[in-house]
Amino acid sequence: MRFSGAIAAALLAAGVVGAAEIPQAERRSGYDFMKPDTKAMQDEDTANPGMLWVLDGEALWKRKAGGADKACADCHDDARTSMKGVAARYPAFDKTTGRPLDLEQRINSCRTNQQQATPLPFESRELLALTAFIARQSQGAPIETGADPQLAPFIAKGRELYMQRQGQLNLACANCHDDNWDKKLAGAAITQAHPTGYPLYRLEWQSLGSLQRRLRACISGIRAQAYDHGAPELVELELYLMSRARRMVMEAPGVRP
Amino acid sequence: MASALINVPAKAKRGDIIEIKTLMSHIMETGYRHTASGEIVPRNIITSFTCRFNGNEIFRTDLFPAISANPFITFFTTATESGKFEFEWIGDRGFSETASASISVE
Amino acid sequence: MQQPTNSSRRKFLGLAGGAAALGALPVVIIRPAEATPAMLAAAIQNVTGGAAVRTGKVKLEIPPLVENGNTVPMTVTVAHPMAPEDHVRSIHVFNEKNPQPNIANFHLGPHNGRAQVSTRIRLADSQKIVAIAKLSDGSFWSASVDVVVTLAACTEEVI
Repeated sequence: MRFSGAIAAALLAAGVVGAAEIPQAERRSGYDFMKPDTKAMQDEDTANPGMLWVLDGEALWKRKAGGADKACADCHDDARTSMKGVAARYPAFDKTTGRPLDLEQRINSCRTNQQQATPLPFESRELLALTAFIARQSQGAPIETGADPQLAPFIAKGRELYMQRQGQLNLACANCHDDNWDKKLAGAAITQAHPTGYPLYRLEWQSLGSLQRRLRACISGIRAQAYDHGAPELVELELYLMSRARRMVMEAPGVRP
Repeated sequence: MASALINVPAKAKRGDIIEIKTLMSHIMETGYRHTASGEIVPRNIITSFTCRFNGNEIFRTDLFPAISANPFITFFTTATESGKFEFEWIGDRGFSETASASISVE
Repeated sequence: MQQPTNSSRRKFLGLAGGAAALGALPVVIIRPAEATPAMLAAAIQNVTGGAAVRTGKVKLEIPPLVENGNTVPMTVTVAHPMAPEDHVRSIHVFNEKNPQPNIANFHLGPHNGRAQVSTRIRLADSQKIVAIAKLSDGSFWSASVDVVVTLAACTEEVI
């Protein structure tokens, strides 16, 4: 990232944690930290429970909804071509609101404005299914989030939140995921926090879940007040993490412990 | 919404032993969990999975709350003739889902 | 417990312990294998009707160290012919520390060709898992494994 040096300098001046970023060559997906059995669960479609949501999403893609009585497919045709690589560019800049939107918010914006339908609740089966189906079309594609220069100030805000110590444990994301990613917390690998597989199936959740769900759980874990689903801070954090993972490969629907 | 993923080879040679993999979407609520207010979350699980080939039962599983959410079950069968595998999941609260897959045996 | 030498790791483990005291992060639980409790024995008795269970023929594959007890891959294989006159009739899997001792019963026959099944199971704690196969001649064979379940760090709050 071209501007990262400048931001790092600015953050240091502001007295925020000056964590060392992970060099490109050392970046590793959460997949690499998993045991072979969990990897096998992600590797094969019929073993990957996340594919159940992808199947549901495919059905929803073709189902007419809202006052416009339109399905996603009526405008976007076959998702296999129209949605290829799209999730690898999200969160993306939305001209109407002048802010980044994540994929879930983009789907709901489409529902509200194009289908004249009610937005789907965050973490609902339907929204996760559509998100998983769309994200699946980018499986194997390199992450490109953050290329749009209009996103720069929002990436900077997301990075600031990532570096900011918070909560009763007084930890920044960076304290674990930049400084200690090669260690373990209890029995679990800490990992580098690259969101390459979202939405993904967590064995802990026994369900598919969004990146926002994971971030909220992490923030609660350090005993800080979690932002509401859809809060600008969470979207900025998602945006920073995805831009930080640029050129890594999309795995959605991933599987994690 | 309930989805199932079935993995059956489309073709096999007579006498081949083939693997069948199945994945069914279901919460598998154990009946042993409590809400924050202390009430038990009622049990809601799949209790039985059956596979029939050309109408004859070839495999059956009784499931208990210790089976993970979105049950994944794999087993083997000998390919004897072309035909249709039918899968059936039955559970609490009237849960009943079916799926099928065909195989061509040479 | 062996003292870690790396200073940043020691700091980190100290942090984890402090958090666990707050109730935020569960700690790793490693227990030795325990004796078969009465519930497990009763569940096995239900299947065998008191017949002798011999060790052997059955292979029970579970990762020795489990990443998350909610979804543990398990494969049971019985090294025995699957012929009409001599085959595996059923495979029964039990645990000793979940609220209920039964995990699954698999009903097989000669048409299966191979007595091998896989599924994913829940393990509430580190414990012993037992698989018992019933053959067409009425004999019972078994295998058991001790599984260590490491509770994940940073688990989500119970809703």
